[in-house]
Amino acid sequence: MPATTSLAQPVLRRILTVSLLMGSLLILSAFLGVSIGSTDHSLSRVLALLFSLTDADPTLSSIVWRIRLPRVLLAALVGSTLSLGGLVFQALLRNPLAEPYILGVSGGSAVGAIAGILLGLSPFPGVAFLAFAGSMATLFLVLVIASARAAMKKDTLILAGVMVNAFCSSVIMFLISLTQDSRLHNILFWLMGDLSMSDTNRTLFLLIALLPCFASLFLLARPMNVLLMGEEMAANMGVNVRVMSVALLLVTSFMVSAVVCQAGLLGFVGLVVPHLLRLLLGPDHRVLIPACILGGASYLVLCDLLARSLPAQGEMPVGVITAMLGAPLFIILLQRSRR
Amino acid sequence: MKTALAIKDLTHGYGRQPVVNGVTFSISEGEFFIIIGPNGSGKTTLVRAISGAIKPQTGQVQILGRPLQTFSRKGLARNIALVPQAAPADVPFTVADVVLMGRSPHLNLLAIEKQEDLELAERAMAFTHVRHLAQRRLDQLSAGERQRVLIARAICQQPRIMVLDEPTAPLDLAHQVHIMDLLERLRTEENITIVMVSHDLNLAAMYADRLLLLKDGILISLGQPSEVLTFETLERAYGCVLLVDENPVKKVPRVTLVPNSILSARFREAEAGCSEK
Repeated sequence: MPATTSLAQPVLRRILTVSLLMGSLLILSAFLGVSIGSTDHSLSRVLALLFSLTDADPTLSSIVWRIRLPRVLLAALVGSTLSLGGLVFQALLRNPLAEPYILGVSGGSAVGAIAGILLGLSPFPGVAFLAFAGSMATLFLVLVIASARAAMKKDTLILAGVMVNAFCSSVIMFLISLTQDSRLHNILFWLMGDLSMSDTNRTLFLLIALLPCFASLFLLARPMNVLLMGEEMAANMGVNVRVMSVALLLVTSFMVSAVVCQAGLLGFVGLVVPHLLRLLLGPDHRVLIPACILGGASYLVLCDLLARSLPAQGEMPVGVITAMLGAPLFIILLQRSRR
Repeated sequence: MKTALAIKDLTHGYGRQPVVNGVTFSISEGEFFIIIGPNGSGKTTLVRAISGAIKPQTGQVQILGRPLQTFSRKGLARNIALVPQAAPADVPFTVADVVLMGRSPHLNLLAIEKQEDLELAERAMAFTHVRHLAQRRLDQLSAGERQRVLIARAICQQPRIMVLDEPTAPLDLAHQVHIMDLLERLRTEENITIVMVSHDLNLAAMYADRLLLLKDGILISLGQPSEVLTFETLERAYGCVLLVDENPVKKVPRVTLVPNSILSARFREAEAGCSEK
């Protein structure tokens, strides 16, 4: 018997297999996302356009390239980021219920975004910048509160995050109660999570900001595994727990803030996708990180497709779909993992 | 014999009161060294300082002749492995994954475990008899199995020194002997220095080359089991009467608890005997 039979399949092969599978899923979802929309064009025509087999109808071409593709790309980026954020926070805080918003990122950026909308700023860069600044400010506040205690304990972090979020919600309620005009609609859409504001430049900008974050998180995958063994053992296996925690917090919060300021608050993506993938693929972050990036992207692209195509007229905020699908799915996962 | 660990005037505390207070001693390479003492005497703090998990407030720790703080984290991890008292039990990794994690101080960030790493993990698992559990998840194991996995993980780290904080505490007798025999073999076969904390004085006496007795953070006694485990020293450390005689299987002291009811009955008999005379 060869010496390695009892050990798991080599990790490199697993990473490649999973990435290939999840990548194909993403390509398929993206294709559906680009093909299906409110205007009736048959799939075969979109297919022909995508592979430029025929001279394209200019309307269709502009719908596909200018409207649907940036939107699909934005959905993919947001989905990746929120899933990856959930995965990192669940590992870092060793709390299965942690999600990207837990440290006050959502509350802070919502306050910033709503303030921006009320001030009448343009969606980009004005509102987006304020949302980003808001989330980074609350994150900073949470870190200061948590580290005021001698050691930066994970429970203190979560508690501080919950409190800061609660405070932010009251500020949001206050701001909403002051608003009566059409801006209310914008605010509500933003709070529910909305991908309809996508355009090519902003999406590319986001892509450039996010790729280094994804790469650096992938580099930290093995230390993240070790971190699951507890801080003491991780330290004894050569991981600088403090530096690791701060690096993970900063990178994740940065990318989540960047996404939130573009797409508003989208619940449950960061909870459902990592849990589902962990159930399917096991706990190794070297496999889970690429899986979350690609799988989270597919999930949100498909959710956005539903949000666009379910209502007979117009569309609903994609946050409605992610929560409506996500909450029951999460309960099922919870039931299964109890067994 | 070369010195594996030299601790000089080590003091550490969490509040104002030091938990470990001015402790100085050294451990030779290949020694089986056991730290004993009552609850709250600073044993865990001491081994955490030795393994670099905490930075002592004052004092020095030298590992293999080099000050601890001159080691990089990974460098330290390649020399000293810690099996902590409260390792998380709810880890979803498989036994093979956990043991293989012991290789991480030997690998770069991007490196994938090579064949030799896998073989080392295999050997470590075989050594602690957990190979048949390789694909089981850590959170599905019994306490004894989990402890053996954590020791295999530490072996896989290929340290010169292994520090264990009460590795036998949650285990039944058979598993206690098994773990202790395992550590003894590690020492004789691999020449790994073993430093462990134990509450079990008899187990400690059977296996240790030398014992260190702590009370309130102060080193009370240091030496061979027969020197440390005496009636007077134990009474001073634990504040209760313990019977010390010779162990029937090995020429080391054996410590027996004396229940208070028996103790006072004996006192009354002795008093009665005295007054008769």
